[in-house]
Amino acid sequence: MAVLDILTLPDERLRQVSQSVTRFDAELRAFVADLEETRLAGPAAVGIAAPQVGRFERIVIVDVSGKKGVANHGHLVLVNPEITHWEGFEVGREGCLSVPDFTGNVIRATRIRLAARDPHGAELQFEMEGFEARAVQHEMDHLDGLLFVDRVVSRRTDLFQRKVYQKGGPTR
Amino acid sequence: MLTLVGEDRPGIVAKVTQALYQAGCSLGEASMIRLGGSFTIMMMVSGPQTPEGLTQVLAPAVDELGLRLHIDPVTGGLHRHLVPNVQVRVTGADRAGIVAEVTGALAAAGFNILELESDVAGDPQRPVYIMSIQGYSEQTVEALQQAVAGLGAEGITVDVSAVETLIG
Repeated sequence: MAVLDILTLPDERLRQVSQSVTRFDAELRAFVADLEETRLAGPAAVGIAAPQVGRFERIVIVDVSGKKGVANHGHLVLVNPEITHWEGFEVGREGCLSVPDFTGNVIRATRIRLAARDPHGAELQFEMEGFEARAVQHEMDHLDGLLFVDRVVSRRTDLFQRKVYQKGGPTR
Repeated sequence: MLTLVGEDRPGIVAKVTQALYQAGCSLGEASMIRLGGSFTIMMMVSGPQTPEGLTQVLAPAVDELGLRLHIDPVTGGLHRHLVPNVQVRVTGADRAGIVAEVTGALAAAGFNILELESDVAGDPQRPVYIMSIQGYSEQTVEALQQAVAGLGAEGITVDVSAVETLIG
């Protein structure tokens, strides 16, 4: 077990697109344990993604169970996660271990359906909403080289002009 | 802290910041917004100049663009963010005193306002005042709701909710 170094902006490696995991072995599970230890070592983070520690594979951890009154599925390790359905949108404030000393408002889908694998390769499916769904979307963005700062909106932004949640964020 | 106000038109930020850059100044936090058709900006500027020197640096742009300039030496610095944990939304038929009443109740409850924006909407004959406040409070949302509860009788709607900042 080890606490890993977290990449922070403007490290270009955070912009890399991560690869799917193909080997569900003991090494992967050891890495997941280190990733979790790293998440818990910092400021109260509800999630972390593998590329944040320089491993460019599609692995995220999300756990919002510590937040009072928030619907959740407990501690989740999601390998090769994919959002298969999303609906609704809402603004919420986010920060990031990789973007110290900055928080901003971001639009995320309110409800999502999610397919993923666990660290043993077993298939997982979830339906989630609200804060947990937001956390998953935030972490999954890291797998595509996106940070929440790419999605920050002004508080004055007219929400009602954006009927559709745009996957992939702004064009760069 | 450098404040500029004037009639809005395209290119003001570009001209001003170009002048500051050429004079060796660095910008920190800044907030520009158009209020009632006027251009307004406040910027943290650091540089080698005295306030008088900075005024000289900006004089050509300020004269050309018809801006009013104000400079305050400040001791504040970067990396001093406070993260809001409470949001307060206010709406009501526009009249004098709404802001004073709401912020007075919040201040009495120990609420620290970090961001405030307000606007007047509706049609000009029946204007509606809309205000959004984000701030920090040690009190619970319920206690703050209690603190502003009396304002409903004054014809304004005050909604207090928690801001859960997601760190991921």
